[in-house]
Amino acid sequence: MTTKPTISKAELAEQLRAFVDADFVITDDETMKPYECDGMSMYCEMPLLVVLPETVTQVQRIMRICHKHGVPVVARGAGTGLSAGAMPNKEGVVLSLAKFNRILNIDPLARTASLQPGVRNLAISEEAAQYGLYYGPDPSSQIACTIGGNVAENSGGVHCLKYGLTVHNLLSVEIVTAEGDVVTVGSDGLDSCGMDLLALLTGSEGLLGVVTEVKVKLLPKPEVAQVVMAGFDSVQKAGDAVGGIISHGIIPGGLEMMDGYAIVAADDFAGAGYPRDAKALLLCEVDGTEEEVHEHIAEAEEVFRKLGATSVRTSQSEEERALLWLGRKSAFPAVGRISPDYYCMDGTIPRRHIAYVLSEMEKMSAEFGLRVANVFHAGDGNLHPLILFDANVPGEFERTEAFGAAILKMCVDVGGCITGEHGVGVEKIRQMAIQFNDEELQQFHDVKAAFDPTGILNPGKAVPALKYCQEYRSLEYKQHKHEHTEAAQHG
Amino acid sequence: MADISQQLQEQVLQARAGGEKLNIVGGNTKAFIGREPSAEAGTLNVGEHTGIVDYHPVELVMTVRAGTPLADIETVLAEQGQALHFEPPHFGPESTIGGTLACNLSGPARPWTGSVRDQVLGIRLINGKGEHLRFGGEVMKNVAGYDVSRLQAGALGTLGLITEISLKVMPSPAASMTLVQEMGMDEVLHYMNSRSAEPKPITAACWVDGKVYLRLSGAKSAVEATAEKWSGEVMEAGAEFWRSVQDMQHDFFTGSDEALWRFSVNSTAANPAIEGDWFIDWAGSQRWFRGAGQLSDMEPLARAAGGQVSLFRGGDRSGEVMHSQPNALKTIQQRVKNSFDPDGIFNPGRLYSWM
Repeated sequence: MTTKPTISKAELAEQLRAFVDADFVITDDETMKPYECDGMSMYCEMPLLVVLPETVTQVQRIMRICHKHGVPVVARGAGTGLSAGAMPNKEGVVLSLAKFNRILNIDPLARTASLQPGVRNLAISEEAAQYGLYYGPDPSSQIACTIGGNVAENSGGVHCLKYGLTVHNLLSVEIVTAEGDVVTVGSDGLDSCGMDLLALLTGSEGLLGVVTEVKVKLLPKPEVAQVVMAGFDSVQKAGDAVGGIISHGIIPGGLEMMDGYAIVAADDFAGAGYPRDAKALLLCEVDGTEEEVHEHIAEAEEVFRKLGATSVRTSQSEEERALLWLGRKSAFPAVGRISPDYYCMDGTIPRRHIAYVLSEMEKMSAEFGLRVANVFHAGDGNLHPLILFDANVPGEFERTEAFGAAILKMCVDVGGCITGEHGVGVEKIRQMAIQFNDEELQQFHDVKAAFDPTGILNPGKAVPALKYCQEYRSLEYKQHKHEHTEAAQHG
Repeated sequence: MADISQQLQEQVLQARAGGEKLNIVGGNTKAFIGREPSAEAGTLNVGEHTGIVDYHPVELVMTVRAGTPLADIETVLAEQGQALHFEPPHFGPESTIGGTLACNLSGPARPWTGSVRDQVLGIRLINGKGEHLRFGGEVMKNVAGYDVSRLQAGALGTLGLITEISLKVMPSPAASMTLVQEMGMDEVLHYMNSRSAEPKPITAACWVDGKVYLRLSGAKSAVEATAEKWSGEVMEAGAEFWRSVQDMQHDFFTGSDEALWRFSVNSTAANPAIEGDWFIDWAGSQRWFRGAGQLSDMEPLARAAGGQVSLFRGGDRSGEVMHSQPNALKTIQQRVKNSFDPDGIFNPGRLYSWM
């Protein structure tokens, strides 16, 4: 869909400098360098130029110029994404929303916050705390990631099962379209008339519009939260215990699982006092009123003991609760300490397959010769296998990618999906061809064209061009067949 | 319990080949919603496409064919102590899950437990090219591809025929209690919003006929302790009351043939100053108005309250019934419609005259 831009870098820069502060139209390689990748640093590209507007009108004018000249536009927040969704296009502009960093209004009675897209996720809850309110979705990167990026990725966090994803916590977004129009989608009411464009925009990875304002719902901060930690001598038992809690009618605020590898790494890092000999650990947080938490914590402890927990410990203070979570929350850096590099996957599976999926992963780990640690949003089935590798060893990243691809294929095979919360971006674009057929992918392309007829917004991301899909699928097929043949020979 | 998706797909392909239009019908209990169905279009009946495809209580997920009656779904869920938390209105025993999603209808619990749209995880859909497509999935978190599943909420079937829906389901609350007290309209918006801002197990709040009704649901101890602290009398027939609100069988809805308007607005906004009867639900976010008027007169009132208005039931349904759209959004929606249904087969003119 995209053709070569009809404007040179120098001309484009000059046109942008006519209305954007010249210091914030960046064209030199050295200053542009930090924009070459997002949190997925294995995928890099230098952009044509970087622009940091500070008003919506400026964003509109930038979009109109780029639309007119067929210049790709990659919108960018804090750049914490984990699928290379904000990786620049070498012929395009990186549109940084970093200057849109103001909280415009908090309405404590209506329980809403109006935000510019560059406001950090955690800053919303910090500001709302004075009213006893907070913002629900809490991705691990919440200290740095921005609400605009959260909308683009439909970010989750550890509290999704009970409090939902970004899409469940939005009232409206203002976007600038590819053609430079400003539109507000949604309203202060909970449901708007007609097709739900707000849902369509959420998680669209910057392919449908540039978010310039966001209105979110705020929640009353629960009176109490307590966490029960339970260790198990098998993953199967821990998986059954997750089901046990849910069957009991308890919806925990957070329900996380870690495997043996992750337990030791996190405990070494955070000194959380995890049972280091356990094969699986559950952290089950219950929040609500004092009475409710008291009732549910007692029930949760009993369920875990009945289902074979080898250790059960319940936080008795805020400090203890924070400590128990610290291990889980620092699992990524903890694993980072025991390996030069790690690659974080993001598949989602129906929970009942957790034991099978983890044991298959162990086999694959041996086959690929790469270690893997698992942290798992057990409540909602979202896996985060961390594949440990060394980028300085030739061929090791390629092997890591292949291992990752095999994991995602397995997720789809058991009825899950290739990405729960990190997005497709560049990274998982091949796997889209496993989850969707050509007709479905074409429907996505047609939806994209409805918003962006000339295809300038984040081209090449999220939805693969159909001409490559057959190739991806046959590659997967060959690999799969190869594995089967090997297995048959070994078997 | 039948899978007639192939037959439905055939019918769409035939309509496409013959240049015909189709009105989608499930249980036919929501014919009053939207603009008048096109008189020239044939009928595409999804009502026979029924049955639960997959249900794992521990996963909190159910996959069901679109023509399945809500009542059947709720019976199966209740056996496992679970429910549809968005409390869909039943306009008759035939009301289906497909129609509920297409109309994006949710009951009194909606502000606290989410809407039908919020609980949708995935769908199958026959588009206007006769392709049977699958979007989303059966897991809670899935960000692969655009959210075409939730896009269907409120589209009134204009983008295609939903054939299958995967939904998040939740455990039924262990206990519920309703508190009622007299209150004027001038005080009630502040009251309902203040209560909603407290970390208590509130799951419904409405006002009608000079009385405010609050429902508490959850762990028994939490419900009882909150009821003790809050003012209002415990209502014995609380469950029946909320059922009548959910199904729009309360006297407010059944007592008159006057046009019924739905205002979806900022929960704290002052109530529009027009004469007539009001039913305030969703702690102020959804307000029903019964009375004559024109959409063009209602829209400025809704906008001033931060939201939108639609003519829900009755009145003149030959004109527009949904809040008007700004030009840029109108263009985008027309293009989205074309991307799914290039020949304009499904529900012509049902949502907007221009679609």
